[in-house]
Amino acid sequence: MSRTGIVRPYGDTTSDGRVQLSFTLPVPFGDEAERRLAEGAALQLAAKMGLDPAMVVHAKGMGPDFTFFIVYGRACHVVDLSAVAVAEREFPLLASAEVNLRIRSALGRKLVVVGACIGTDAHTVGIDAILNVKGHAGEKGLEYYREIRVVNMGAQVGVADLVARAAAEHADAVLVSQVVTQRDAHLSNAREMAAAFTDALGPARPLLVVGGPRFDPSAARDLGVDKIFGRGTTPREVASYLLHALVRSRGGPGGSSPPASTPRGGPGGSSPPASTAEEAA
Amino acid sequence: MTTKLNLDPAVVAQARELAALAGKPVVQLARTHTTTSVERAVLRLAGLHGADSDGMPWVNRLADAVRDQTGLEHGVALPVWDAMLAGGYPDLRTLAVDASAGLVKFRLPEGQEADQARAAADRSVKTGIARIDAQRAERDRMLATTSNPPMPWIYLIVATGDIYEDIPQAQAAAREGADIIAVIRSTGQSLLDYVPEGATREGYAGTYATQENFRLMRAALDDTSAELGRYVRLTNYASGLCMPEIATLAGLERLDMMLNDCMYGIIFRDINPVRTFIDQRFSRQVHARAGIIINTGEDNYLTTADAVDAAHTVVVSQLLNEYFGREAGLADSQLGLGHAFEINPELPDSFLLELAHAQLIRELFPDAPLKYMPPTKHMTGNIFDGYLLDAFFNLAGCMTGQSILLIGMMTEGIHTPFLSDRDLALENVRYVRRAAGRLGGSFRPEPDGLVARRARQVLAESVDLLRRIGSQGLLTAIAAGTFGVTRRPADGGRGLDGVVRRAEGYYNPASQILEAAQ
Repeated sequence: MSRTGIVRPYGDTTSDGRVQLSFTLPVPFGDEAERRLAEGAALQLAAKMGLDPAMVVHAKGMGPDFTFFIVYGRACHVVDLSAVAVAEREFPLLASAEVNLRIRSALGRKLVVVGACIGTDAHTVGIDAILNVKGHAGEKGLEYYREIRVVNMGAQVGVADLVARAAAEHADAVLVSQVVTQRDAHLSNAREMAAAFTDALGPARPLLVVGGPRFDPSAARDLGVDKIFGRGTTPREVASYLLHALVRSRGGPGGSSPPASTPRGGPGGSSPPASTAEEAA
Repeated sequence: MTTKLNLDPAVVAQARELAALAGKPVVQLARTHTTTSVERAVLRLAGLHGADSDGMPWVNRLADAVRDQTGLEHGVALPVWDAMLAGGYPDLRTLAVDASAGLVKFRLPEGQEADQARAAADRSVKTGIARIDAQRAERDRMLATTSNPPMPWIYLIVATGDIYEDIPQAQAAAREGADIIAVIRSTGQSLLDYVPEGATREGYAGTYATQENFRLMRAALDDTSAELGRYVRLTNYASGLCMPEIATLAGLERLDMMLNDCMYGIIFRDINPVRTFIDQRFSRQVHARAGIIINTGEDNYLTTADAVDAAHTVVVSQLLNEYFGREAGLADSQLGLGHAFEINPELPDSFLLELAHAQLIRELFPDAPLKYMPPTKHMTGNIFDGYLLDAFFNLAGCMTGQSILLIGMMTEGIHTPFLSDRDLALENVRYVRRAAGRLGGSFRPEPDGLVARRARQVLAESVDLLRRIGSQGLLTAIAAGTFGVTRRPADGGRGLDGVVRRAEGYYNPASQILEAAQ
């Protein structure tokens, strides 16, 4: 398999370019004339999306006003592997025993994590997947790590309460998850939280980590936080990151891992690497 | 109903006894306390609605004014109707306007004046109860003139945030086969200590539950029911800090089912346990009167805990919900106990375990309209896998005689369902019902096979857990994180400041009417 150069989608033959997609158009699928128009409309969209030739393999009216289509076609676009933008992980993935060991030797005490869902968001599924012993994707959550002390404040926690609790617990890191994204609530909540921590604690603020399915992992600096985790993040990734960011910036077994460097191409690739852990000291 | 699992009737009876033992002290707590929301529900039954220019409902303004002056330990009714009579007020709203301007002096009437206030309060509240009764009769009339769809009922969710968008979506879903429409509430409404007013067009991941939104949606679904010749039920959520008021509004506006769990708010919304149990009892009394089917939320436990390890916590919660529900006057036919298809599909025999759990619950609660929830936790983003898993969920539902199937979306956890997601989901369930709707009749698990053994094991674990709860008390068990792996102490959480111990002579005309009817 080619790792560089040009590739195209694979249906059943190399570079046949075959893809599938499904979509709905707000057109009726009633009588014969309407059906012909609907399928023609679907094919026009497919052509504009770069599928040529395209074939409507399924069309179904949904109520009087809508039609659902499944379309197969040959994508005329190619993928240039040398121009792919990849957000690489800037820290090594460690096993839980290794995380515990490094915390003990570098900090000489437990690492304290305070977690919460902030704003009106009541969906604790994300933060619980990372924090609860139960964990996620076959990995135990941070509560399972002997050298990590977890304070899970649960859902709909006010920012002021979160700041106060983090200060009282001498938190090394604050983890916030946000699922609800209507009117970009997840972004404004994260910004508000970052500002509140900076106002209250200045440069001594804990490491700020947010997570949720709709965040752009490269937007940490823009939100004023240290790290953003997206969909599918596992507890081990979070633990490994915390260790990487905190131990390094707190002068642990220093210099063992190089600073983050993630060259970015792609459209508008001006955003800096996600990690700004230096600020957390 | 014939048993397929050879459950020991003595063990089943023991489980119920232990549930009652655990629940009794909590009922006693509810009998001896009231809350701000219970008192506001009394005012709503008496016809007080609307809000001031800040959007704060008049029921809140009036109840707050009374609380400031006389406290609520005698109930809101005595001071309010005493002030109505003493001030010659034409209606509650005029009184509420004056009260919030600080123009009303409330007191606790005594003797004859108290008798008069009680009589006036009773008359006013009876108009609300009469409207609930009339709505229940209207539902029966509609069911007779349209038709009552056969079970399992197909339950679909709409959640645009805008009631005027929800309405055509709900009508479209009904035309495509939905028997029940649930309008998901705006996230966080649970934690509002007031019920918003009027028709609303903006919400967060859902639409606010308001009296006007209830009315608009019910009217639209009445039209669709008549058009289809099939009664389309409407569901909303009586949970959170305003549970008693929302239940009241649901009765007044003829909602048909309401989410109303005994512990959901405690565990998932961090609402104070004591507040929840008091509010829950009143709201269930209203639901009982209104002929509303409640839906309990045990499915939620399995979203935080493992569906195999925690299967018995579902059964325990169902037994508690049954006890609390019956105590509040609900018939078994109104107990929509919840559970879910959430076992990790990577686990060997996962479908057999699902069948065991679903059949166990069917047999424990033979007359309850069980509500079965589709997979959410193990929906990975692979929509093809998800579609298959949803089909197995539908199959388990048909095989074990579940009553209400919430229709799973293959795009669960990816986005709010597309129109096409919903359509495909309905195709899925229609196929399974058509192909295997009668498979339950031929489904006979081996007497000592995996399914039957697993069901008996879960029942035994449930009895063990109930026994442990019995010795430490339900509030202690909740504080220890027994349900949903979340610890909730009795003196923590939101809404505790709205809990008031009833004084000697506490008077609540609504509770008296509702309890007299039991």
